[in-house]
Amino acid sequence: MSAHDTAIHHDGHDHGHGHDHDDGPHSSLRGYMVGFVLSVILTAIPFWLVMAGVITHRPTAVLVLGAFAVAQILVHMVCFLHMNGKVEGGWTLLSTLFTAVFVAIAIAGTLWVMFHMNANMMPAHGSHADHPSGAAPHGSP
Amino acid sequence: MSDLALTPGAARAYHLDHEPHPENGTALGFWLYLMSDCLIFAALFATWGVLGRSYAGGPGGAELFDLQLVAINTAFLLLSSITFGFSMLQKQQGKVGGTLGWLAVTGLFGLCFLGVELYEFAHLIREGATPQSSAAMSAFFALVGTHGLHVAFGCLWLLVLMIQIAQRGLTRENKRRLMCLSMFWHFLDVVWIGVFTFVYLMGVL
Repeated sequence: MSAHDTAIHHDGHDHGHGHDHDDGPHSSLRGYMVGFVLSVILTAIPFWLVMAGVITHRPTAVLVLGAFAVAQILVHMVCFLHMNGKVEGGWTLLSTLFTAVFVAIAIAGTLWVMFHMNANMMPAHGSHADHPSGAAPHGSP
Repeated sequence: MSDLALTPGAARAYHLDHEPHPENGTALGFWLYLMSDCLIFAALFATWGVLGRSYAGGPGGAELFDLQLVAINTAFLLLSSITFGFSMLQKQQGKVGGTLGWLAVTGLFGLCFLGVELYEFAHLIREGATPQSSAAMSAFFALVGTHGLHVAFGCLWLLVLMIQIAQRGLTRENKRRLMCLSMFWHFLDVVWIGVFTFVYLMGVL
C-alpha cells in the first residue's frame, strides 16, 4: 500500500519520467538532406515539363504531374514528417491512410458526379444547336 | 527474495509498464488535427477541380498565372522546410541559439512566400480577375487563400514560439510545441505540392 502511494506521489511531482519522446522522433541531417534533394528534383521536373512546353496534352499532364505530386508527397511524409508504421504504435499511419482514402473518395466522387451532371445539363446536340430558342428550355451551363 | 522488495523504485517501474495512455499523446492528437485540416483542403481541391475551368468568358489560367513567380514561391516554401529541419536538429543537440537562428530563417522564408503570394493576388485583382469575376477565380482564391492564411498563422506561431524559447530555453513544453509547429509547417508544404501541381501547372495547360 505504501509503495502504491509512493508511486502516485511520484507521478504527481515528476512528469518527466518515461516521456523522453515528447519532443518528437529523432531526426538526422542525412534524412533531411535526402528529402530536400528528392523534393527539388521532383519539383523541378514538373515545372520544366510545363514551362518548356514538353507536355501540352492535358490528360497526359494530369497523369504525369499527378504521379510526380504523389511521389513528392510520399517523400515529404517519410523524410520531413518521419512517417512510419512504428510512430504512436501505428495510429499515425492508420489515421493517415484513412484520411488518404477519404480524400480520394471526396475528390474523385465530386468530380465524377459533377461532370456527369454538367454533361446532362448541356443543351441537346444536333439540330437544336442552331436554334437558340429550341436550346433555351434545356438550360445552359 | 530481493526482487519482491517493495522499494519505491520498483513500484515506479511497475506503474510505468501499465501506463494506459500512449507515450506521446500530443503528437497523435496534433496529427489528427492536421488530418482534419486535410479534409478542408480536400473540399477546396474538389471545388477547384469542378469549377477550375469556368472563367465566365474572362482570361484563363494560361494568361493569368505567372509560373516563374510560382516556382520562386515553391522554392521559398521548400527551403523553409529544410531550414525548419535544421532547427529541429539544433534542438536535438540542445542548442538554443542555433534553434532560434534557423527558426528565424524559416520565418523569413515564410514571410517571403506570403509577400510574393500577396503580390500575385494584387496583380490578379488589378487585371480584373477578382474572386467575384468567375467561379474559377472564386475557387482559386478560396483554395490558395486558405493555404496562405495557414502560412500566415504558422509565421505568427513561429514568432510567439521564438519569444518563448528565448525566454525559457528549450524546456520540455517548448520542445513539444516545436514538434507540433514542425508538423504543421511540413504539412503546409505538402498541401502546397497539391496547389502548384493541380492549380498552377495544370491550370496553364
